[in-house]
Amino acid sequence: MTERHSDFGRFVHDAHERGDLVVQPRMGYGDPGRMRAGLAATRQARATTVGTITLDSYTRTGQVEVARQAVERGDDLNGYPIVTHDPDVTGAVLAGLAGPGFPVQVRHGSAQPQQIIAAALRAGLTATEGGPVSYCLPYSRLPLRDSVRNWSQACDILVGGAGAAAHVETFGGCMLGQLCPPGLLVAISVLEGLFLQQHGVRSLSLSYAQQTSPEQDEGAVLALNRLAAELLPGLDLHTVIYGYMGLFPQTPGGARALMADAAGLAVRTGAQRLIVKTAVEAQRIPTIGENVEALEHAAAVARRTTGPADRTDRTRALAAQEVYQEAGTLISAVLELGPDVGSALVRAFDRGVLDIPYCLHPANSRRSTSYLDGDGWLRWGATGGMPLPPSRVGTPGASGAVTSAQLLRDLSYMQRRYDRYPSLPVPAPELVRSTS
Amino acid sequence: MTLSLRRSTGSVGGTHRQAHHPSSGYRREPLRRQRPLTLVTTTKSDSHTWNLVYLELVLKELGHDVVNLGPCVPVELLAGCAREVGPDLVVVSTVNGHGVRDGIEIAGVLRQMDELARTPIVIGGKLSTSGEAGASEQARRLRHAGYDAVFGGTGAISAFRAFVAGAGVRA
Repeated sequence: MTERHSDFGRFVHDAHERGDLVVQPRMGYGDPGRMRAGLAATRQARATTVGTITLDSYTRTGQVEVARQAVERGDDLNGYPIVTHDPDVTGAVLAGLAGPGFPVQVRHGSAQPQQIIAAALRAGLTATEGGPVSYCLPYSRLPLRDSVRNWSQACDILVGGAGAAAHVETFGGCMLGQLCPPGLLVAISVLEGLFLQQHGVRSLSLSYAQQTSPEQDEGAVLALNRLAAELLPGLDLHTVIYGYMGLFPQTPGGARALMADAAGLAVRTGAQRLIVKTAVEAQRIPTIGENVEALEHAAAVARRTTGPADRTDRTRALAAQEVYQEAGTLISAVLELGPDVGSALVRAFDRGVLDIPYCLHPANSRRSTSYLDGDGWLRWGATGGMPLPPSRVGTPGASGAVTSAQLLRDLSYMQRRYDRYPSLPVPAPELVRSTS
Repeated sequence: MTLSLRRSTGSVGGTHRQAHHPSSGYRREPLRRQRPLTLVTTTKSDSHTWNLVYLELVLKELGHDVVNLGPCVPVELLAGCAREVGPDLVVVSTVNGHGVRDGIEIAGVLRQMDELARTPIVIGGKLSTSGEAGASEQARRLRHAGYDAVFGGTGAISAFRAFVAGAGVRA
């Protein structure tokens, strides 16, 4: 039996107590030597870091045989094939690196993660991420009820093998990467947390992906923190921010400025961990060095960032209240559909109680839309069958519906805004100087 | 694999949101069809969806009803769906760089189907990893495989709109 590696949650809390934001890359390489070098570089970075092993797309879609053939041929993969490599190989990747001072998380994106979790456990890794909704609806053709069943089995495997050391992060705060209004992101993140809790996971992190307005984002994370404390008491729990997951700036300056704002968002909301993107994100898979540079940059910005600026307090409080009410309403409506959270989630999508804008999965009702208003806040254009008051629905354009032109503008809003940076006013001017 | 098809009309959500029940499947009703019906799809290896969402809106603005098959569509699923709904136009959109190889396979299957003998089938997006270089040769190969039009590079969307409007794709 491989030695258990550290308690992911405890490491993050200890760092937070010291005033350090934990930063983490989205790193994954097919070659074991390069994967080990990436983990070593992450550990040695001038930042408080945890390690990442991101898996390849064959493994995450269950095509283990294709991954095995690629490994045998020596082909490069877009991530680490943890199910394919012998446990001894993965053990050698981690040896002397992973431990209480450097926990490593397996990131995969799979709606059928049972084999992945089992392989991670064989290598002594007890921290992962995902969720039955967030890894099914955006990327998979798998029916939602199958994903729910797979995730409940995966939780049994993880908790059975790791006990209290098991840690799972919800991916629900990221749905489709962009244009999902914060109330729904927060609701799905908390609902996935409730699902994981019901399946025995006692150490959780809840995610929120940076969207398009710093004020709205700050309010959303405060609402997430509040709902998590109310609905998931007694657990080891922290909040993790993802740097923007939508269409990324194409200039290095724009990308760095965007990531600086993500670090600012994390610190100002009391979030404990940040998933970092690199300056080359729009072009290709980043190198180890580019990952380290991005981690150190985010950590440096975080060290310089202090509490919320007074001028944003009122706006932020308003956003927090809006998101809290909207997410709370959606969570309550789902929990009313049955005591088993997994089944309730399936029913909720079937009935349109949850409805993700622009998500094409057959389980999604597709009656909701969203858009960016003049201030860059994410708004509902239509709420479909979701139990949200009509006052929450805005007016996307003259026709009252989102047009193709508006969708394109909204999708590229952050890219445009940050690629012109710093010529446009941005909400955190202290960060402009620190990143130039 | 089964798929519950949701024919979406008019705007996504918005004013037509009462018009279709979330679990209603679509079945071909040729005599009652008022608007052209377009099947929007991608290749089996392409997991991108924003391009598909965008094209659905473009087509609706041009007066079409749309059945959108979403990401990573197996060829068999696409063929079965085309047989079921009898589209007036098939649009293949792909941006992951494998569009030529995967697109030729799709055309080979669809052009074998009697139901689609006279249906326009078009493809567009980022069709190969080599960018604009070799674009005309790729377009030639795709046309040869059975596509009525190939849209790539700058101006692709304008050309696509003109094709849909000008070719008079009708119900």
